[in-house]
Amino acid sequence: MSALQLSHDELVNVYRTMRMIRRFEERVMQEMGTGDIPGNTHLYAGQEASAVGVCLQLRDDDYISSTHRGHGHSIAKGVDIDSMMAELFGRASGTCGGKGGSQHIADLRKGMLGANGIVAAGAPITCGAALSAKLLGTGQVAVAFAGDGAMNEGVMSESFNLAKIWMLPIIFVIEDNGFGEATANAHVSAGSFTRRAESYDIPTIEVDGTDVFSVYAAAGEAVERARAGGGPTMLHVHVPRYYGHYSGDPDTYRTPEEKAAMRRERDCLGNFRKRVKDVSLVETAELDAVDEEVEAAIDRAVSAARAAPFPPMSALTTDVYVKYL
Amino acid sequence: MAQKSFRQALNEALHFEMGRDPRVIMMGEDLTGGAGANGVKDAWGGPFGVTRGLLDAFGPERIRDTPISEAAFIGAAAGAALTGLRPIAEIMFVDFAGVCLDQIMNQAAKFRYMFGGRAKTPLVVRATYGAGSRSGSQHTQALYPIFTHIPGLKVVIPSTPYDAKGLLLQAIRDDDPVIFLEHKMLYDTVGEVPDGAYTIPFGEARVARDGKDVLIVAIGRMVQVAEEAARKLAAEGISACIIDPRTTSPLDEDTLLEFTETIGRVVIVDEANPRCGVAADISALLADKCFDALKAPIKLVTAPHSPVPYAPNLEDAYIPSADAVVKAATSIIKR
Repeated sequence: MSALQLSHDELVNVYRTMRMIRRFEERVMQEMGTGDIPGNTHLYAGQEASAVGVCLQLRDDDYISSTHRGHGHSIAKGVDIDSMMAELFGRASGTCGGKGGSQHIADLRKGMLGANGIVAAGAPITCGAALSAKLLGTGQVAVAFAGDGAMNEGVMSESFNLAKIWMLPIIFVIEDNGFGEATANAHVSAGSFTRRAESYDIPTIEVDGTDVFSVYAAAGEAVERARAGGGPTMLHVHVPRYYGHYSGDPDTYRTPEEKAAMRRERDCLGNFRKRVKDVSLVETAELDAVDEEVEAAIDRAVSAARAAPFPPMSALTTDVYVKYL
Repeated sequence: MAQKSFRQALNEALHFEMGRDPRVIMMGEDLTGGAGANGVKDAWGGPFGVTRGLLDAFGPERIRDTPISEAAFIGAAAGAALTGLRPIAEIMFVDFAGVCLDQIMNQAAKFRYMFGGRAKTPLVVRATYGAGSRSGSQHTQALYPIFTHIPGLKVVIPSTPYDAKGLLLQAIRDDDPVIFLEHKMLYDTVGEVPDGAYTIPFGEARVARDGKDVLIVAIGRMVQVAEEAARKLAAEGISACIIDPRTTSPLDEDTLLEFTETIGRVVIVDEANPRCGVAADISALLADKCFDALKAPIKLVTAPHSPVPYAPNLEDAYIPSADAVVKAATSIIKR
């Protein structure tokens, strides 16, 4: 698809969101080194065009579910980065009050049904959200983001089947970064992902996930089908994973050469700049200004998160139930 | 008051609440029986006849016969609950929780807490449990200790037709995920059930029988066993009180403590396996909070630490018997 189909302002927004995700992740990686972000986190850097291209097709009240690599999907769906950064630092001002962390960021006000610590678990939950939309007649659609690793969980196949027999308004976005944790996808996956979905008569589209315009076009087709009552679509999006599986992963199973080549040749931000420059739609200086603006926003988010209090001790046992006794 | 079966009591609750609230939907395997086939519609009325007539009353959009994919439809029910519906999902036998426990334990139970209190998950998972039907080891377990252990879930185990209806209506109206367990050997039991709607709050035990010499705490079908034991004990001049907790999460600790304080001798009868079970849990509670009031050790009458066997003589021996309860009660009264 051509970049020309988006307006100047939309293009700048697309770039801003992708850049925001990239810098959010790079900064989180840096802050992990200070020891002030508890635990570990799974970074989305490299995959930005997938989340942004898909979410650009969504309404504010549409649903998404995410993976354990959920920051990018959250930002693309409009979750506030200040509250996300605070959540990662485990602070009371976080998206989930500091009780979810990176792996469970959710913001129902934005239709974001949660990152998930369990691989493929979001797929059936998203079927349920799509069922709600269908039965309540809201016109919403639901997107289940999942990785290549999730394709080998049985519940993924169960969800394809359920989505098709119930003709749910759902899009499965399989972000294939080539690795399930530290194991190469090719080592553990038989057949083809698209053929698996096609065997349920689910239409599929194979997409270059470093090209936000291709993702946007594919998602547009899928969302249109879902909203029109045409049932599920599966997008197989090929993306690079810039970091290891998690922030503490030394990532020695990939060679330095291939990692360097990946960052050089498969960069959605670089691709975007080149594409818009070729058609003279956005000035380079304008994108540079966006970079600075993003940098300042990330700085503010980190400073605010560091200054925010941890949750009160009373939060330990609240919100287990709406009402227990 | 009308006499109705446990099955009919549940069916009335489902009919009533689906008629009252359009957000209530049901999904499960063979909820009707015969979906997609050419013969009789609603042929089974559910695997145990509990959901009969719902298809006719509410249609296939709200009464959804699912594929045999527990992980997918329990997950879908959780997701639907998170986004505005009030689903009732049926696991035909609770043993099948083995293939969908993730969606119950890691997802539905934890949404509200993980999401900082912003989520509500009004989900009911109905499932049959319990031994006695000669069904072997994988269709017979009493797995409520597993669910009771998990924060975020409520666990309901009715023992009478009256309680079955009132507790199920409460479960559907509850805003938290509820595991609602139905002993398949209780479906044909009959008792007084009002025609109209009523709810029974969770965490309120029922005093099934008054007595002063020994307190028998019994769960689910074991309330029947305890009643039989109480009759036998009465013949020997021993007066037994029976308490049915009705819900293991929340647990009515106050009532259990109050009666233990007064009576001082306790037998707990539970069909579940003994290790880390509800009987052991209640026993620990009473020992901790009522130690000075206890006149004898707390006795637990449970299934053995084994799977449910198939052979009738073995299965009968597996299930706690009234005689075993009598023996346990007598042993602590004669001390």
